Amino acid sequence: MKGDVTPLGLATSLLLVAVALLVSLGQQLRLEKQLVWATVRAFVQLIAMGFVLAWLLEPSRSLLYSWVWVAGMVVFAAWTVHRRAPEVPGLFGIALTALLLAATATLGTIFGLGIFPAEARAIVPLAGMMIGNSLSGTVLSARRVTDELADKRNEVEARLALGQSSREAARPYVRSAMRTALTPQIESTKAVGLVFLPGAMTGLILGGVNPVDAVLVQAAIMYLILGAVATTAVVVALGVTRMLFTPDHRLRPLRRTVT
Amino acid sequence: MTALFDFHGVRLAKTGTVILHDVTAAVPEGGLTVIAGRSGAGKSTLLRLCNRLEVPDRGVVRFRGTDLAGVDPLTLRRRVGMVFQRPALFPGTVRDNLHVADPAASEEALTEVMARVELDGDFLDRVGDELSGGEAQRVCLARTLVTGPEVLLMDEPTSSLDPGAVRTLERLARTLTARGVPTLWVTHDVAQLRRLADHLLVLDAGRAVFTGPADDPDLPTALTHLGGEEA
Repeated sequence: MKGDVTPLGLATSLLLVAVALLVSLGQQLRLEKQLVWATVRAFVQLIAMGFVLAWLLEPSRSLLYSWVWVAGMVVFAAWTVHRRAPEVPGLFGIALTALLLAATATLGTIFGLGIFPAEARAIVPLAGMMIGNSLSGTVLSARRVTDELADKRNEVEARLALGQSSREAARPYVRSAMRTALTPQIESTKAVGLVFLPGAMTGLILGGVNPVDAVLVQAAIMYLILGAVATTAVVVALGVTRMLFTPDHRLRPLRRTVT
Repeated sequence: MTALFDFHGVRLAKTGTVILHDVTAAVPEGGLTVIAGRSGAGKSTLLRLCNRLEVPDRGVVRFRGTDLAGVDPLTLRRRVGMVFQRPALFPGTVRDNLHVADPAASEEALTEVMARVELDGDFLDRVGDELSGGEAQRVCLARTLVTGPEVLLMDEPTSSLDPGAVRTLERLARTLTARGVPTLWVTHDVAQLRRLADHLLVLDAGRAVFTGPADDPDLPTALTHLGGEEA
């Protein structure tokens, strides 16, 4: 198999969406519209992405376009994070900073050290995986920090009243929030290969690549994602904490995030 | 004589609601000053201005003549200790709690500070869950005393305690005041203010309506601002 899915094959795969629709109807979940919308939207987005990638991958194309595309993904991801946790003040700027730092650190490492060739076919998909996988950790980190400090307001203010700085007073709660944000990615990294085969590796094997070679690529990608999630979760937690206190070490009025 | 705390034209609003309206009042040096008023009168907010957990939108708060706007809040909070309405113990043992206030405090210093709140040194190894409400609040007081504060702020510290624990905490506050640590104590309980107060500052709907000694002949009139039959 060389990864050639015919239009008929694609249409056949819609049978599985039909199963989901039947389940939704049978169980009165009222998710039919969302299922159809998600299916159509995913198809259109992927087709568009396919054309963009094909354009970017043309041999004569400058790599600059790939990096511009990555920058666009970072901005859109930061906006998505802000939209998913609008109660957290200043989250767009913080998420943008965190994702930029994570992108610079992780992509700089894998391309700078030659782990992957700095070509458009590697830059765009790898950046996409890094950013996409960092999204949930980033949102989780921002929400957990806000909720921890809102829930433990009494303790935080008791610490401030003892003369601790806002950073010191927040530390135990921010640490707890960071652990919560990072744990899913660590668990997912531990389970890889045993419980699930990740998308990149599956795609390579379907495309005819030797499984051992596919594993090497996947392992590098998993480490890239782990590094990116860790970077974004930490930067966001520290950035949000800074926003939740005044410069003269007072905790601002907070409300819990809606989950 | 310079006042301990001096509020001049203090206004403070939160989320659009004015909590304190142009409060001008002084808390005298020495003794125990009760800040009294009904629920929502602005008592706790006024108290929190004294260690800069709040800052006024307008007006000036002075501590022993110095405008707090220019004072480092971290240094101020170690000089002006605070005990909150509900005991907020940190995770860990009582010893861990006291070490948050001063990580370098010796075992002797911790035992001594526990004695000041009439708790045995054995309590140092206990965790928060093992303490009664009154014991937990006394540990919070001990934790505050570890920093060696010059002044104590007590924000309705007995509101969640049983009568025996209330009397113990009141006695401890009186003893500390007698030993030279002036105390500001917030309450809406008229019986308690009569037991405790050397001086009073009465607030009504965010305005200071009385300041003076506890034996001031105008006090009974001022206490009508607290409402209820006791007044």
